[in-house]
Amino acid sequence: MSAVEAELPEPASKIELPVHLGGGGEIPTFDVTLRVRRYDPEFSEESKWEDFTMTMYGTDRVLDALHKVKWEQDGSLSFRRSCAHGVCGSDAMRINGRNRLACKTLLKDLDTSKPITVEPIKGLPVEKDLIVDMEPFFQSFREVMPFLVNRDHAPTKERLQSAEERARFDDTTKCILCAACTSSCPVFWTDGQYFGPAAIVNAHRFIFDSRDDAGDMRLEILNDKEGVWRCRTTFNCTEACPRGIQVTQAIAEVKQAILARQI
Amino acid sequence: MWSWVGHRITGVVIFIFLLVHVLDTSLVRVSPEAYTAVIGAYKNPIMGLGEAALVAAIVFHAFNGLRIIAIDFWKKGPKYQRQMLWGVLALWAVTMIPFLIRHLTIVFSNFFGGN
Ligand code: HEM
Ligand code: SF4
Ligand code: FES
Repeated sequence: MSAVEAELPEPASKIELPVHLGGGGEIPTFDVTLRVRRYDPEFSEESKWEDFTMTMYGTDRVLDALHKVKWEQDGSLSFRRSCAHGVCGSDAMRINGRNRLACKTLLKDLDTSKPITVEPIKGLPVEKDLIVDMEPFFQSFREVMPFLVNRDHAPTKERLQSAEERARFDDTTKCILCAACTSSCPVFWTDGQYFGPAAIVNAHRFIFDSRDDAGDMRLEILNDKEGVWRCRTTFNCTEACPRGIQVTQAIAEVKQAILARQI
Repeated sequence: MWSWVGHRITGVVIFIFLLVHVLDTSLVRVSPEAYTAVIGAYKNPIMGLGEAALVAAIVFHAFNGLRIIAIDFWKKGPKYQRQMLWGVLALWAVTMIPFLIRHLTIVFSNFFGGN
């Protein structure tokens, strides 16, 4: 098998295995059409839809289809991706009107009888095709101090914590900063100053960490007119999060912590 | 998201109604005759249907408002938000069906009955 792989420049998912190796084409193939929102400010200020049709396998994801377009049909198609396995958070995009990671969305789970629409995530300035300027997003992230603050003397070993204390913020440790949540929020679409769900999730990660001393400061930062009180509980963020984080729940817990602190 | 869109639309609808309602009621102090004429104009089936829509909006807004309060203040609120939304819709239907039967019979019998 390695000999076959060495000859072909194609990724493993594209190789048709011979029957005696368990291949034999039992992986179904189908034609899909990607309808991609194209934008290139060097040529036009207008963005437009462009269709690409190709044959894909039942094991392929939207990211594989984008790769196929870029490598075989139109090299100018631009999008971000790094890990291709749902851990780096680079490739959040709006697929069939929902924010998801292209690398975690199997084509066979979508309706392939119709064109699959692929657009950049909303609410952040588009730079080219599916690439948006993430700076406003990371700016809000930095403002909540997403790092451990502990004023005690540095211990010689780990800072100990019980299993229950660790479990308190376990859900919000899973964030990969993909921006699927923040860019699915109708409040963020109309008010780019809003901190957004991802920043609140990452504040939650430290506010409820027993080893951290800056929880009050973070609550103060988020007790702002552009902070947690902008949240209208639409649950779009919870539905968008590719890590299954209960985002709206985390925001509600931060709201309650701010109220509890003031009483 | 659609529960939120619905809540905002119904909120705005109720607000506009209240505004108009305060205006027409205050007419009574300006001119009781004009007041009677305006209130009389409400007694037609179009207005009857409008009233039905208004009640539908208020009932949804009220039940969903309670759901939002539960999401904000009940520990398990965010977890059960979807189930609560179905509950809101069920309560809405349970409230609206008897109301519509009674209300629309009155509205139309008054109109066609030439009352
Ligand atoms: C009858 C007059 C009422 C008017 C004019 C009204 C109007 C509104 C409006 C415009 C909103 C803003 C929606 C948004 O933030 O997206 C709102 C929100 C709200 N309303 Fe009402 N409402 C009324 C009655 C009620 C009742 C009877 C309840 C509860 C039983 C209620 C509970 C709420 C709650 C909890 C919110 C906050 C929603 C959120 O956080 O998004 N309202 N209302
Ligand atoms: S909370 Fe979820 S959707 Fe939001 S940035 Fe983190 S991983 Fe992405
Ligand atoms: S490419 Fe890394 S998350 Fe999809």
